Amino acid sequence: MIEVQHLTKRYGPTTAVNDVSFRVERGEVLGFLGPNGAGKTTTMRVLTGYMPPSEGKAIVAGYDVSDQPLEAKRRTGYLPETPPLYPEMTVHEYLAFVARIKGVPRGERKARVGSVMDRTGVADMGNRHCGKLSKGYRQRVGLAQALLHNPEVLILDEPTAGLDPKHIIETRELIKQLGGDHTVILSTHILPEVSQTCQRVVIINKGRVVAVDTPDNLTSRLRGSETLYVEVDAPGADVETVLGAIPGVTQVAPGDTRGSFTGFEVNSEAGRDVRRQLASAIVTRGWGLLEIRPLRMSLEEVFLRLTTEETADPSAPEIASTHAEEATHE
Amino acid sequence: MSNVLAIARKELQSYFASPVAYVVIGFSAILFGWFFINLLYFFDRASMQAGMGLGGPEAVNVNEMLISPLFLNVSVILLFTLPLITMRTYAEEKRSGTIELLLTSPLTDLQIVMGKFLGGLVLYAGMLAVTLVHMGFLFWFGNPEWRPVATGYLGLLLMGGCFLSLGLFISSLTNNQIIAGMVTFAVFLLFWIINWISTFTGPTMQSVLNYLSITGHLSDFARGVIDTKHLVYYVSFIAFSLFLTVRAVDSERWRG
Repeated sequence: MIEVQHLTKRYGPTTAVNDVSFRVERGEVLGFLGPNGAGKTTTMRVLTGYMPPSEGKAIVAGYDVSDQPLEAKRRTGYLPETPPLYPEMTVHEYLAFVARIKGVPRGERKARVGSVMDRTGVADMGNRHCGKLSKGYRQRVGLAQALLHNPEVLILDEPTAGLDPKHIIETRELIKQLGGDHTVILSTHILPEVSQTCQRVVIINKGRVVAVDTPDNLTSRLRGSETLYVEVDAPGADVETVLGAIPGVTQVAPGDTRGSFTGFEVNSEAGRDVRRQLASAIVTRGWGLLEIRPLRMSLEEVFLRLTTEETADPSAPEIASTHAEEATHE
Repeated sequence: MSNVLAIARKELQSYFASPVAYVVIGFSAILFGWFFINLLYFFDRASMQAGMGLGGPEAVNVNEMLISPLFLNVSVILLFTLPLITMRTYAEEKRSGTIELLLTSPLTDLQIVMGKFLGGLVLYAGMLAVTLVHMGFLFWFGNPEWRPVATGYLGLLLMGGCFLSLGLFISSLTNNQIIAGMVTFAVFLLFWIINWISTFTGPTMQSVLNYLSITGHLSDFARGVIDTKHLVYYVSFIAFSLFLTVRAVDSERWRG
């Protein structure tokens, strides 16, 4: 449904998007994830035909956005980062105008405007001026605008930004419903949103795709090492050295200390379960083993590892770069 | 075409939903009324002197002495008011991000530009329509010829079209309304006074400068003459400015 091939976009000397390729199947909801300035908005702007790519091509709903822009645009709904509202128009006037320029047939306009207003929860705001709406309502009118012509493809740039928690849940539900009938790309920096609404995730950083996978696979696959949390009661003993000497353990980092209890994060080689060895090492020395549990990497951590190159932890950069490489070679 | 009309309608909606349209039309009407009264007093005295045989012009003609200069005076009003109409057209869309809606809708750049031009032209026509009241008084109490009046309005519409299309182009180059307004005003003024220097230049330069002057082409219209030379000037001026606007909008996409 959407195919992006070797897309590159340069603004003068800076390259905002660098050789990005991905596909979105019909009915899929794809999350577009990346830190600020990663190139999310630029990629979306190319997909919507707002700006042409410097290199590569984007095919939306079967039409190349550069060669047949009008056909592609007819099939695309777009919610930009800032909802494109005219402050002096009422919500009703605004949506009627958008329906006209999106080519909704005259006879269907009224019904379409009514139905998207219901769907996005702005039905009782019809006579308000767009400029007088709160941020959350602006966002929803923006979403209503994107849905008006019932497009095959929806491109939503941070659709839940500025909404209150109740509306965030409603909007996510709406997006989930829209998947199936529509093909959706949504960008966000809220990670739970991705795991809740998206079937697949594209993570981009500095204009490059660093990972494409399902949210579940990302969290499990990208754990290059196993991490265990171990809490030990061993007053005055050098637990760190003992645990570090166990074969397979790569790193031991002491955590919080509460009285004589100390927590440790123990990293081990991927695919190697060192729980038995840890437990026996602790118990044979007569220390108290209070807790031992695997730490599963959250999507947040995956994201941070893939996109952060400089962290306070000196060992992190190496991990981050190896992971990024693994991901791109995928 | 329906896309052009949709944009034009939206432009008008914006003009009339904000005070812009009312202020522009209202204050232009005040200025026009002032010019009208001045010329009316002048005409009144001239005709009285002529009637009493105290000298002055041989024949007193309301078209030549009142309506024609009145039309030329309107160009002064346009110089100040039309930049106010055009300065927001593109600049505001770019600043507020609504340009993203227009450029990602199934519209061609030309349709957007034409729609905006048409919207401005209709507002300007509304501004001119108010002056029909003054003309009505002249026709009520006097007996002017209607043809020079009609061509005068045609000339004003064409000249305003030039200003509007040029203003649209300048607005498409910036996202700052004030800059758009100031530059538009300066360029209008330049086109207005461009032939002032012509008395000091050679004959070739003189005719070129005279031809470029936007207002210079109006006087024939105001006298009741429709000369193809002037029509070609105005229409090609408008077409070229709109073409430049389309190019500017397109190049904006490339630059991002």
